[in-house]
Amino acid sequence: MSPTKIEGLPREMIALRVSREIQDGMYVNLGIGIPTLISNWIEGKDVYLQAEIGMLKTGALADGDDVDQDLINASCQAVTALPGSSYFDIAESFGMIRGGHIDIAVMGALQINVRGDYAGWSNPSRGLFVGNVGGSMDLCAGAKKLYIAMEHTTKDGEYKIVNELSYPSTAEGRVSMLFTDLAVIDITPKGMVLKEVMPGLTPEMVQSVTEPKLIIDPNCKEMEL
Amino acid sequence: MNKVLPSLEEAIADIKDGAVIAIPGFFACGVPRALLQALIKKGTKNLTLTCGCGPLLGAADELKQLTLNGQLKKVIDSYGLFRSASKGMQDPFEQAIRAGKIEFEVYPMGTMAEKYRAGGAGIPAFYTPTGVGSVMENIVNEITDKRTPKETKVINGNKYILEYALQPDYAFVHAKYADTEGNLRYSKTARNFNHVMATAAKITIAEAENIVEPGKIDGDDVHTPGIYVKRIVKVERPTFAITID
Repeated sequence: MSPTKIEGLPREMIALRVSREIQDGMYVNLGIGIPTLISNWIEGKDVYLQAEIGMLKTGALADGDDVDQDLINASCQAVTALPGSSYFDIAESFGMIRGGHIDIAVMGALQINVRGDYAGWSNPSRGLFVGNVGGSMDLCAGAKKLYIAMEHTTKDGEYKIVNELSYPSTAEGRVSMLFTDLAVIDITPKGMVLKEVMPGLTPEMVQSVTEPKLIIDPNCKEMEL
Repeated sequence: MNKVLPSLEEAIADIKDGAVIAIPGFFACGVPRALLQALIKKGTKNLTLTCGCGPLLGAADELKQLTLNGQLKKVIDSYGLFRSASKGMQDPFEQAIRAGKIEFEVYPMGTMAEKYRAGGAGIPAFYTPTGVGSVMENIVNEITDKRTPKETKVINGNKYILEYALQPDYAFVHAKYADTEGNLRYSKTARNFNHVMATAAKITIAEAENIVEPGKIDGDDVHTPGIYVKRIVKVERPTFAITID
């Protein structure tokens, strides 16, 4: 039985909350979807965005005369360069990723479980064995920290935070923090620890839309946005 | 030696049915679109196209033509399907995959990159952490009976997957500048898979927006040394819609 869906924060606010974890000097890779929106909230920070297409220090989205078809990010959006930007080939780019040089990767997800396994590359409802894996598995294998930014439940209110994945996994045991429209959750060896809730929600309400049993942090508080 | 040929037709004249061709590009960025069009015109069949990140989503018109002409046997890529499932159902390429008419095999993008790098560097296979614990521990192909396990090995307590190098018969690459001896220089993020594919293929054919005399690309600015490039053809700068659906 599906839980009763709770209307959460807009996607931009999830992105804002994740952006608070990104510190000056970090090298960060943002996946397609909500993670891409994080770039709107780190302006002014001394942060280097890596695009797996082969670029470090991607700038703002390009428009008008600034659009150059030879300059896109990994989400296929025209971007601008910044002083200090660099370009490199794809083997270099993924060497950088697998080699442990990226501080934080933020990805979207279809499902995540209590052990920090997540599924994001293939939705079986499409009826295909294959899917668009892109660079997600490489980022999971290599980034120092892997965060997930996603909506807490599906559009129909079904669990996305589950006991066991029913979709094909992208990586196992790699996710350390989960940011949703309802909550911030740490993934620890003991289980999922609820750290923050959307203003106006109680931990019990977050639990009602989360399949695994949450550990409520004694200092659990409302998200500051 | 001057490697410049006068036409795309001559540059691909020896490509036979059943050839394996590497196609670089990251969605619409850095795709050898003119060479793909020449391949359509030539009508070569039974082709295997090895990609890296959705160049055929970028060159959508060319993919449609290759599919409808029945030229494709197999495509290998990390990101080859429309994001939108409903648009995918309307797409002739995805329909051909579903019907078993085109084989489609998927690897993580970094594994694709390393397959070419290794192929060009004389390394027959390599161990990677990417995909451990996922279905990528098997060959992921839409034809299910081909989903055979890959070899794995534990090194220093961590599990790795054995992946094999790729050495395609041909690579089509797109450069901003070529000198007549085959030194190439790409533009910004249009470099992506172009360099590694040029190193991996037995015969690399470069389409270039500008062809210059040797020395006009400073030695410090050469991205792909001419040793990897057999043929060069001048093309107009392609235009693409910068979008994926």
